[in-house]
Amino acid sequence: MDKDINIKVKVWRQNGPKEKGHFETYSLEKISQGSSFLEMLDILNEQLINEGKDPVVFDHDCREGICGMCSLYINGHPHGPDRGITTCQLHMRRFNDGDTITVEPWRSAGFPIIKDLIVDRTAFDKIIQAGGYVSVNTGGIPDANAIPIPRDDAEMAMDAAACIGCGACVAACKNGSAMLFVSAKVSQLALLPQGRVEAARRAKSMVAKMDELGFGNCTNTGACEVECPKNISITNIARLNREFLKAKFRD
Amino acid sequence: MSWLIKSSIGRKFVQSISGLFLILFLLFHMSMNVVLIFSYDTYNFLANEILGANWWAILGTGVIALGFVIHILYGIILTLQNRKARGKDKYASSSKTPTTWSSQNMFVLGLFLFLFLILHLYQMWYQMQFKELFMMEGARHDGAQLVAEVFSNLWVVIVYVIAFIALWLHLTHGFWSALHTAGLNNTVWMKRIKVLGNIVSTVISLGFIIVAIAMYLGYSNLLG
Repeated sequence: MDKDINIKVKVWRQNGPKEKGHFETYSLEKISQGSSFLEMLDILNEQLINEGKDPVVFDHDCREGICGMCSLYINGHPHGPDRGITTCQLHMRRFNDGDTITVEPWRSAGFPIIKDLIVDRTAFDKIIQAGGYVSVNTGGIPDANAIPIPRDDAEMAMDAAACIGCGACVAACKNGSAMLFVSAKVSQLALLPQGRVEAARRAKSMVAKMDELGFGNCTNTGACEVECPKNISITNIARLNREFLKAKFRD
Repeated sequence: MSWLIKSSIGRKFVQSISGLFLILFLLFHMSMNVVLIFSYDTYNFLANEILGANWWAILGTGVIALGFVIHILYGIILTLQNRKARGKDKYASSSKTPTTWSSQNMFVLGLFLFLFLILHLYQMWYQMQFKELFMMEGARHDGAQLVAEVFSNLWVVIVYVIAFIALWLHLTHGFWSALHTAGLNNTVWMKRIKVLGNIVSTVISLGFIIVAIAMYLGYSNLLG
């Protein structure tokens, strides 16, 4: 049965990218365990506004785990203690009466803090712009079955395409590496015939952009895979390595 | 080939290949050590005639040394870059993500192994090949007896065994990680490669440990 619980939330407050941040602890009473984690933060913000204080700034959009907008490093885990879900899908029944919940932004040189819990994740957009697409001429619609695709390839491509680009992989990684994200975005296209055409160029330019933006070198700790809300497999990283090395040796 | 320095995957590829090369060297080194259990004469023959101060042995030593230098140098560069990429601010709620301890501490393990390597090179290689090469006094041609002398000290055996355990931890992550970085992995082979890595690291470490302890307890040179 869901109960009402009294909790403390220890939240990272930071006014701007260049300002020094600090933790602030707030008490919340009678939070329903049936409410979501973000609803709890909404209640906190209402309380802060009523007290005439600055509300906590955090990212969110769809609140159903598909947009990749929510973030938050909760009690030592990106997207909280549950596996395979985003922060917006996390519920307060995962916490107990009297708990102190630590809420931090993603911390990585590639994701500078904008304010409080919001980080700048445009680095991911820049990586996609570097090659995470297929170039097609518009025109007549080709028949869907004109190019046969083996079922396993289609399934693996779809699994890779499940990546919502939230950045939990970077947040979880001790090296601040974006390899899981980049490997998923390279794999979803490299596995399909339509994506093969530009595969070599894509792998090279996306990795070059990733390096340029200051993400770290992957050391295969596997932390990203554990924390990924979409359970993207690190075997995608092996595929990216393979694609990249093949492209470089062919040069 | 500048991508081997400039690109993250290029740097990791160098680390992977040099690591795999060093694993091959360790397999050879361990196999030669096992000879000590059976016959000192055979060991000395191998050490003096097959290796010793012959040109191929010197060339081989140079290549292996280069392998170590590259692996250590790239390890330092990668670690420094990764610390920078992580950023200055650390998480207050330290990471609770379940990962293997060795995967998080490859640099620490490597540093420990490097310190061990210095001791080991001084105790063995300096006395055998180095002194002979530079015509120094007291070069040892009875390698097996030298090893027996060194391993008659309990503290040496303990230090070596600890180092081999560190080596085991380093290799259990290093082996599969190296193949993964070289692109030789997928969902099917992941488990197989990890098992293979555990077998290889166990064989290497256990081989070294058995020889060190057998020498200390006097179960060596069994065939005379």
